[in-house]
Amino acid sequence: MLTKRIIPCLDIKNGRTVKGVQFKNLQDAGDPVELASAYSAKGADELTLLDITATLDNRSTFVDVVRDVARSISIPFTVGGGISSIAQVEQLLAAGADKVSVNSAAISNPDLIAQLARQFGNQCVVVAIDAKRTSKGWIVVSHAGTATTTLQAVDWAKQCEERGAGEILLTSLTSDGTRSGFALDLVGDVARNVGIPVVASGGAGTPQHFVDVFNLAKADAALAAGIFHFGNVTIQVVKDEMRRAGIPTR
Amino acid sequence: MTIGILSYGAGNTASVLNAIKRLGYNAIISSQVAELEKTDKLIFPGVGHAAQAMASIKSQQLDILLRSYSRPVLGICLGMQLLGRYSAEGSTTTLGIIPFDVKHFSVQLKVPHMGWNAVEHTSTGIFKQIPSSSHFYFVHSYYVPQSNASIAICNYQIPFTAAVAEGNYYGVQFHPEKSGDAGAQLLQNFLTL
Repeated sequence: MLTKRIIPCLDIKNGRTVKGVQFKNLQDAGDPVELASAYSAKGADELTLLDITATLDNRSTFVDVVRDVARSISIPFTVGGGISSIAQVEQLLAAGADKVSVNSAAISNPDLIAQLARQFGNQCVVVAIDAKRTSKGWIVVSHAGTATTTLQAVDWAKQCEERGAGEILLTSLTSDGTRSGFALDLVGDVARNVGIPVVASGGAGTPQHFVDVFNLAKADAALAAGIFHFGNVTIQVVKDEMRRAGIPTR
Repeated sequence: MTIGILSYGAGNTASVLNAIKRLGYNAIISSQVAELEKTDKLIFPGVGHAAQAMASIKSQQLDILLRSYSRPVLGICLGMQLLGRYSAEGSTTTLGIIPFDVKHFSVQLKVPHMGWNAVEHTSTGIFKQIPSSSHFYFVHSYYVPQSNASIAICNYQIPFTAAVAEGNYYGVQFHPEKSGDAGAQLLQNFLTL
């Protein structure tokens, strides 16, 4: 049986791992290659590395991190942050990444999804969707939460699938860093409406939160950063809880 | 021992090379028949579309090399699928080395089949020292049905071929280079055949 995936996420800034709350107040969380190797050894099913500076100056630092991580670990990993061109994707895949995630650039240029899918295959193209709870439902935000769109998260996810996305990385900005649980209504709504895997992100605080997002919201994978980086909860403890709840795990 | 990784513009050759280096070996990544002919082991990776991959392989006469190669060959993912006769992906005639036809998943579950799934095998050959039901990492939308060449089975609503072997040809649908310790053991087994 296909297992539900647990994905630690490393936000990378200037070659270091950092973690904030609702995308702000960043704290240092260590060396990305050491962290990635440790997670790989401790049962992570996949990793995600996000370049959160994504300025031209720091781009080459991030590619170096990707290359070093690829040499060190034997599990798949996705990279993202500021990706807007085929050339960038080529460079990151050549450095050893398995998938790339696009976010703001796909919102301003949805054709990018199809272009990347044609060039590299759907399995390689993850669309990251950041959404915020509003009085009008879950609305897509861009540029690390600093800009709001008029898109409903579910509609945008369906459009991404039609254009060739192979996976949706769905983050609740409202829940990010709060450790109050995943946004089950958001994840459930998107997971029921697309035929591609959905990775839930934002709000993980306890092992039970993972059980809930798999059992109640039908996520295919769950991503977390802070609770793993700062040692509050280990991957093994999360997986033990999942097994007790009858969720297939590796 | 010289290990060749066949490069034809549709494979994640860097990942395979990284995995081989982690095992303490080295390999050459090449699309040159003359270079690859001299290798002792050939790895045939593949990510992408069957029709485009076959066109690229043929344009470099790598199809002839693959059919005539007499030492162990390991096809990975699309590389395994191309060892068959035909693929429904782009209605493509493939290498015809092992008699199977590749089909598209028509399951109610999500496609691509992406993630870690349990593989049933007999812990022999390339699966030596790997417990049956170990998990391997898969990413694919097309599959090889069960046949006489199947040496390992996986289940995604329907049972399908996780690995094949016939003569000196081996193929795995999953990515051993991305499958943690079990995948590393499988590559080690292949390299020491």
